[in-house]
Amino acid sequence: MSILIDRGTRLVVQGITGRDGGFHTQQMQAYGTRVVGGVTPGKGGEKAHGIPVFDSVAEAVKATRANVSVIYVPAPYAPDAIFEAADAGVALIVCITEGLAVRDTLAAYHHVAALRARNGGDAPRLVGPNCPGLISPSQSKVGILPGQITKPGPVGVVSRSGTLTYEVVHQLTQAGLGQSTCLGIGGDPIIGTNFIDTLTLFEADPQTEAVVLIGEIGGSDEEEAAQFIKRHVRKPVVAFVAGQTAPPGKRMGHAGAIISGGSGTAAEKMEAFAAAGVPVARIPSEIPGLVGELLARRRARSNRPRGTQAKPRRKTGSARAAGAGRSRAGASKRRGAPARARKSDGGRGRSR
Amino acid sequence: MNLQEYQAKELFARFGLPVLPGQVASTPEEAQDVARALGGTVVIKAQVLVGGRGKAGGVQLARTPDEALVKAREILGLTIKGLPVRKVLVAQAAEIARELYLSIVLDRSRKLPLIMLSAEGGVDIEEVARTTPEKIVRHPIPLDGLRGYQARELFQPLLRDGKLVAQAADILLKLWRTYQEGDCQLAEINPLAVTPDGRVLALDAKVILDDNADFRHREWATWRDPEDESPGSRLARDKGLSYVKLEGDIGCVVNGAGLAMATMDLIKHYGGEPANFLDIGGSSNPEKVTAALRIITSESKARAIFFNIFGGITRCDDVANGIVQSLAESPLAVPLVIRLTGTNEDVARKILSEHGLSATTSMDEGVRTVIEKAQEVMV
Repeated sequence: MSILIDRGTRLVVQGITGRDGGFHTQQMQAYGTRVVGGVTPGKGGEKAHGIPVFDSVAEAVKATRANVSVIYVPAPYAPDAIFEAADAGVALIVCITEGLAVRDTLAAYHHVAALRARNGGDAPRLVGPNCPGLISPSQSKVGILPGQITKPGPVGVVSRSGTLTYEVVHQLTQAGLGQSTCLGIGGDPIIGTNFIDTLTLFEADPQTEAVVLIGEIGGSDEEEAAQFIKRHVRKPVVAFVAGQTAPPGKRMGHAGAIISGGSGTAAEKMEAFAAAGVPVARIPSEIPGLVGELLARRRARSNRPRGTQAKPRRKTGSARAAGAGRSRAGASKRRGAPARARKSDGGRGRSR
Repeated sequence: MNLQEYQAKELFARFGLPVLPGQVASTPEEAQDVARALGGTVVIKAQVLVGGRGKAGGVQLARTPDEALVKAREILGLTIKGLPVRKVLVAQAAEIARELYLSIVLDRSRKLPLIMLSAEGGVDIEEVARTTPEKIVRHPIPLDGLRGYQARELFQPLLRDGKLVAQAADILLKLWRTYQEGDCQLAEINPLAVTPDGRVLALDAKVILDDNADFRHREWATWRDPEDESPGSRLARDKGLSYVKLEGDIGCVVNGAGLAMATMDLIKHYGGEPANFLDIGGSSNPEKVTAALRIITSESKARAIFFNIFGGITRCDDVANGIVQSLAESPLAVPLVIRLTGTNEDVARKILSEHGLSATTSMDEGVRTVIEKAQEVMV
């Protein structure tokens, strides 16, 4: 299992005839993703990399039963592409394009949310914009993540970053810790899928046994995620927050990575995780060790006979983890909490 | 892009917001001319993109054109929080009975624009937010926009008087249009002033534009003042690099913003201080590598430079070629430590070794090495 994408993913590429769209279509095909169609208005009927090109997403969906769309079109046109994919009925829309105007992203976000509310389920769902996409190792990749650094396994990875995600995934793989799904949710101030949405999916996914959450400065998604983990996530989570040395008021590359009005600092976010009993790695290379430790403990616990399991579930026991002392208090507080996450099928494999 | 006050007021005026007449001046003589043309008492305000101008002596009243000349000369000689004052705004002065605060910003968690309103205007709103958050009214703007009655309802408890409420509500509606149609990330009036004769005015203006919307706003290009940027920042923008200068002595060049932040953190973790944030992005264009090195060596006190490249889509051999080519054109005076891993790493290593360079695969090891090298330089 995995979240959001798997072997049943049938992908349509919006912007397939562009430079980036074309290059990554080949990369995704080489990885084994089932790319069933492409869309470039005015080029319907042509072929690109052996794949049929359509004038609209609706036509592509009708002809190919595509259930996921990935967007590589230039920023001024990307919001339109999101609207189009949502209206065409794909379950998952992954917008790789960066540089969308906030006003446009807001409109697209609310359109997708309204459709989802009307459908009464988890679809359509938007991932991004300004994200590297996602990969379920050995099954499917949608976006631009390098496939060769991943391997299948029990760790779910969710991150606001691109190359930092690769760095962490690479270190996990080297440590023998494979991944269920690695998802980059994007570095913009407004994104379609946030940490809480992703944690909900990982919590419900049988393959995922532990989660690595990579946050960064700006906004309050990490703080909200920390609260959510405390109440609703029973699987172990390890957090890292980038930008501990970032100065206030300066945008650190990502449009969303800015400490404004003195809030959104890495220190606040790390504190929020620690207070919720989530071990925080101070540097990326601490992550595999923390994950390995928590996985071992979780497995040891689940091997015990029933009735002896009610132990604090998130002791870190690691002096290296910032706030390890606090995490014990957090764990005992959380014990016995009604901790069932929302059920979700991750919007997978749906087509209409 | 942060607008100077005089630019923000131009934008406000375009959307019909009540700002007092004024004009920007870059010499005392120009300021004197503007004061003469406006007549009466004027206020002279330093145009720098930092808060606390008033406290630093950057905002002064002048009753006559001659006084304006003297005051403008004084302000144009100031440096406020490290920024030299190169321009002043000379504007009609107003008498103030009350000062309010009004702004519209993006609420990232609600995913809606947010009105922030306070009876405590004219002061640092962040300070108010910290010490007495209950004095700030927060009101999200619904998806289908803001209505007149909603705007009036917000001001009613603060202003009471129907005529004042109507004026303030009109200002809020126009500020909303400015924010929305003008693609602002922040549109702020502080103070929103009530005069003794019952007028409501925008006496100051602060605007941050969403740079990603520049394709809709050709006029923005004329607002960017090259002298507001350091040469390094300008070069970075021209070449498509994300760059922030810092105070430390370890320069770093990284692909990807998150990895660049994590690299800075790691430098600090191992006892060093980063000299900059620099993301060369996904491309491995040698020109970008050259520009990155030029920016760091010209602007910072870097005693050593660290390259941290995680080759995913970026190919390590491209970056290696970029480094080699760049060093051939302009050799570095400080030690260079390279970390490369990922796509085409082996080819990259070969290219580097042919030119007497080497690279590590571990980011931690690379950071420790670059800190050591920097220390050797100090000795």
